Amino acid sequence: MTVILDKDYFKRSIANITHLIEEKRDHLTELDSDIGDGDHGINMSIGFREVTKKLDEIDESTDDIASFLKKVGMALLGKVGGASGPLYGSFFMKMGTDIAGKTEVTFEEFVQMIENGVAAVEKRGKSTTGEKTMVDALRPGADFLKSQTIDGNEAELFAEAIEKMKQGAESTIDMVAKKGRSARLGERAVGHKDAGAESSWLMLNAFYEELSK
Amino acid sequence: MMRRLINDGYDVVEEMTQGYVKAHPDYVKMHPEDDRVVLSNMMSKEPRVRIIFGGGTGHEPLFLGYVGKNGADAAVLGNVNTSPSPEPIYNSAKATDSGKGVLYLFGNYSGDIMNFEMGIEMAEDDGIQADYVAVRDDVVSSEEFEERRGVAGDIMVLKAAVAAAAKGLSLEEVKAVAEHANRNTFSMGVALSSATLPVTGKPIFHMDEGDMEIGMGIHGEPGIERKPLKTANEVIDEIMTNIFDRTDLGKGDKVHVLVNGLGALPLMDQYICFNRVSQVLEEKGLSIEKSLVGNYATSMDMIGMSVTLTRLDDDLRDYLTYPMDTPYLKVN
Repeated sequence: MTVILDKDYFKRSIANITHLIEEKRDHLTELDSDIGDGDHGINMSIGFREVTKKLDEIDESTDDIASFLKKVGMALLGKVGGASGPLYGSFFMKMGTDIAGKTEVTFEEFVQMIENGVAAVEKRGKSTTGEKTMVDALRPGADFLKSQTIDGNEAELFAEAIEKMKQGAESTIDMVAKKGRSARLGERAVGHKDAGAESSWLMLNAFYEELSK
Repeated sequence: MMRRLINDGYDVVEEMTQGYVKAHPDYVKMHPEDDRVVLSNMMSKEPRVRIIFGGGTGHEPLFLGYVGKNGADAAVLGNVNTSPSPEPIYNSAKATDSGKGVLYLFGNYSGDIMNFEMGIEMAEDDGIQADYVAVRDDVVSSEEFEERRGVAGDIMVLKAAVAAAAKGLSLEEVKAVAEHANRNTFSMGVALSSATLPVTGKPIFHMDEGDMEIGMGIHGEPGIERKPLKTANEVIDEIMTNIFDRTDLGKGDKVHVLVNGLGALPLMDQYICFNRVSQVLEEKGLSIEKSLVGNYATSMDMIGMSVTLTRLDDDLRDYLTYPMDTPYLKVN
């Protein structure tokens, strides 16, 4: 039986992200304080609180998944600010590129949605892996999913993808940053995890938790 | 326990901005539909390039304090230490454009670049000519001019740009003036403490009492070295040596000097610093044509200061002495 993800799944996942971000807000702030300016956890919290306030309205005013995610992305773009606003905003805004009009998607389509989201982040941020950014968490997960055959094993595959993303975030610890505020630190950024990489895998983990329920 | 007078940390931007527009109603008003945009009440009646100043809050009086007559025509505000998002950036252009286009000025940070570029795309879609200059004056932040952060030098670049706009120059010409001011503006700072973030109530970074970090950025970006605090003269000497090592400033240059407090450093200390700055400049054979001392570009409750030197030529002198009236910078 193939997994089918409907609009409500995406709505629940977004609500779950908000919950996770609030829980991890101070942790994200701490990561960002070490090598940034301390605003990542707070800005993600502000952005997702806004999304939560509007979630029912966004759901009611859209018929299909792509439109729903686009509005979520625009709300984030409007409220998160900093580099994270355009990056997370673009992720959600572009997730639905290939599924216009659809009210439910297969897991294969979902894998492509993740790929579209990650590609949008790479494009907007002009970044690839190895630069100590959210791409270091997102790209390994997207690549893993694309390389797998889906055959009734969606939950296991997704769990493994999340593990790859988590490791991707860990791998930023030893990197010298090439982008963002921490790029100014040179060697001093080594030994610290990138806050955006951390919030990225947490975000995808929220989708996983909803799927595996 | 942070020693601030705020209400809910999530409301600081809204409450600060409301307080500001109520305190200075001659100069500014809130955009009717966007509370992240502060508009000038003193915009010229005749069309001219509009100058929009923006960036994160937490640096007051930067940016909204410089909106006024022959000053910025609008300020766009982000969350604390965060760039504004594209919509207010676009809204500020829409509300001020008089047909000659809009020049955005902000500090060189990747978040600001991304958001302002997106806001400019939105303005251009609407037929509004728009461009930007990302200010780069912190000489410690990079050997490469293009990579430098924007700190208190933002103000000097603004001053040049607003005067160029007042003189009726085109968008391209105003941008060129701003870039020229930028290329001749050099800053460096020192931090003795961290700012506290309103939402968490905690400092951004840890600094032991009795330590300092020379070259630190206004958001706490690491500088050259952390070490025990020295005397004002020793610190200024080190800052000035660094500025001269990293720039082509030299004997015979005429400069505008800004000694800037980062929020919690007493004026007494700032003037003691200025005293040493002026001695060093005299020793090196430069002359000070104009000086400013005070809290012009802060980081909330950070204890620290920065020195900004702007080398003057005939053009820059003209622009920097052009009359201007805003709550935090007046030139007669």
